[in-house]
Amino acid sequence: MAEPVVTENGEGGDATRRDFIHIAAGAAAVGAGAMLVWPLINSMNPAADTLALASIEFDMSKVQEGQQIVIKWQGKPVFVRYRTAAEIQQATSTSMSMLKDPQADGDRVKEGHQQYLVLLGNCTHLGCIPTFGSGDYGGWFCPCHGSHYDTSGRIRKGPAPTNLVVPEYAFLSDTRIKIG
Amino acid sequence: MSDHESTYVPKSGVEKWLDTRLPIIRFGADYMSLPTPRNLNYWYTFGGILMLCLVIQIATGVILAMHYVPTTAMAFASVERIMRDVNGGDLIRYTHANGASLFFIAVYLHMLRGLYYGSYKAPREMIWIIGCLIFFLMIATAFLGYVLPWGQMSYWGAEVITNLIGAIPIIGEPVLIWLRGGPAIDNATLNRFFSLHYLLPFVIAGCVVLHLWALHTAGQNNPVGILIPKEREKKDTLPFHPYFTVKDGFAIILFLMLFALFVFFMPNALGHPDNAIPANPLVTPAHIVPEWYMLPFYAILRAIPDKFGGVLAMFGSIGVLFILPWLDTSKVRSMRYRPTMQAFFVVFVVVGLILGWCGAQLPDAPVIGTFQTFILIDGDLNSYLWLTRFATLYYFAFFFVIMPLVGLRETPKPIPATISEPVLTGSHAMSSAAPAQAEKKG
Repeated sequence: MAEPVVTENGEGGDATRRDFIHIAAGAAAVGAGAMLVWPLINSMNPAADTLALASIEFDMSKVQEGQQIVIKWQGKPVFVRYRTAAEIQQATSTSMSMLKDPQADGDRVKEGHQQYLVLLGNCTHLGCIPTFGSGDYGGWFCPCHGSHYDTSGRIRKGPAPTNLVVPEYAFLSDTRIKIG
Repeated sequence: MSDHESTYVPKSGVEKWLDTRLPIIRFGADYMSLPTPRNLNYWYTFGGILMLCLVIQIATGVILAMHYVPTTAMAFASVERIMRDVNGGDLIRYTHANGASLFFIAVYLHMLRGLYYGSYKAPREMIWIIGCLIFFLMIATAFLGYVLPWGQMSYWGAEVITNLIGAIPIIGEPVLIWLRGGPAIDNATLNRFFSLHYLLPFVIAGCVVLHLWALHTAGQNNPVGILIPKEREKKDTLPFHPYFTVKDGFAIILFLMLFALFVFFMPNALGHPDNAIPANPLVTPAHIVPEWYMLPFYAILRAIPDKFGGVLAMFGSIGVLFILPWLDTSKVRSMRYRPTMQAFFVVFVVVGLILGWCGAQLPDAPVIGTFQTFILIDGDLNSYLWLTRFATLYYFAFFFVIMPLVGLRETPKPIPATISEPVLTGSHAMSSAAPAQAEKKG
């Protein structure tokens, strides 16, 4: 430090009291600055009214066998599928070694409701909505960058890294679910 | 040229009064009399053109913001209102939208000029780095602006591009939600994008000031690429005004003719029809493409089979420009005297165009005819996927392999001692008479 005048305690290049004050003041200013900036940054996180729209209910009897209905939850599409027996068979008989993101079909549906598949409708690659009923594996095909999903919504081919996400949901009754 | 002496003499009483308090007229006058290399060609006029582009974008943008409503319910309708009901609104919006495209045409030519004549080499590294920063800010601003009309391409472009951030391991997901202000692209996202789209052009303007400051500290490069020694300054330079203001002015007129061609005769030629459909979070357009000026980077993103890898490659393709001054090992600035590098440069420009073309195609579509060749790893060899990959490979090899190696191994042509020498001794030497001596500008 080029402070030759005040060197009461520091001799021969040792840290002085003034060095300490400089560093302490600097650190306090940085800390205070961070505390001021944090509320500004945090204000960009989801607001209370956005978070309040966290759950919805849906009547499953509206979906017929072989059909898919798309509902909107938290601004995102949710696929509700009533799968045919052949499609369930196809999904359960797939060997784990063929999967990029291995997960059994049974872990992606609710016990006793194997025919219903509930998925977030955004491709896990970059968020486009995969087209139902196309692609090489009988499930979905994402038109944006060519990801193929099977009848369980699992990624089989293309750039997407993971399976279509199963949102948190529960059966309130035999025909009614609550998502979120 | 930093030690360029002031020749300004305040005349009137007011000027003298001002000059001792705020020498702003002196600042402008000194700027106009800056000694500028005499051999600058028309590739050097894009700086002035870009300045004009920024002014046009800010001026039209401020007006558009007076009529635009940044909410998901009103955004699309308010843009339609600008097009139909606001007096001259269609012209202002078309100028702003096409202005972005022309801004990018000019900036790409400006950057390629810098690349060709070695304008990034010592002592001009900071000019180049700030320029790269401006380019990056331009991309960000253009992306944010494209979201605002809230059409289908706006919405899904925002979805895809913000998802790139979600690809970052661990912190990606929370950062993505923070950036969007909710679980999906919605009102919060549109509102903040509008705020940032308004902010960034002024950040760019600030960077332009730094860009020019660095330029006038290090001095302008020129097509011969040599530094002008102090004793040659009188012979080899001319004052910026009127010699280069006029040259820039002529280039600006030509550029504005191209601008007018787009705005008046083909305002939607560079747009996408899907953006005339209001945003729908439940339907993805069949084929999502970014605006043309981002296509090469989009192509690089898709070339990599891994999600995070693709994101890294895309940002890396812009990031590599920042370290360019240290990748080029050649002592010779201008590629005029580097025939080997010249050839690689031409291929680089072609590869850039190919990447742009690939970015607009479906990855699985065949390039030549409709036939299949054979599957190489994960795609047919005769597909845009593989063409994109080869082009991406060259893009990175140009910077990381060709630039360092060619600089060390090539034999450059002899470099002239002065910038006048090629003119005076060349076969096309028309006149050895020195052009009019720089007149003192009052």
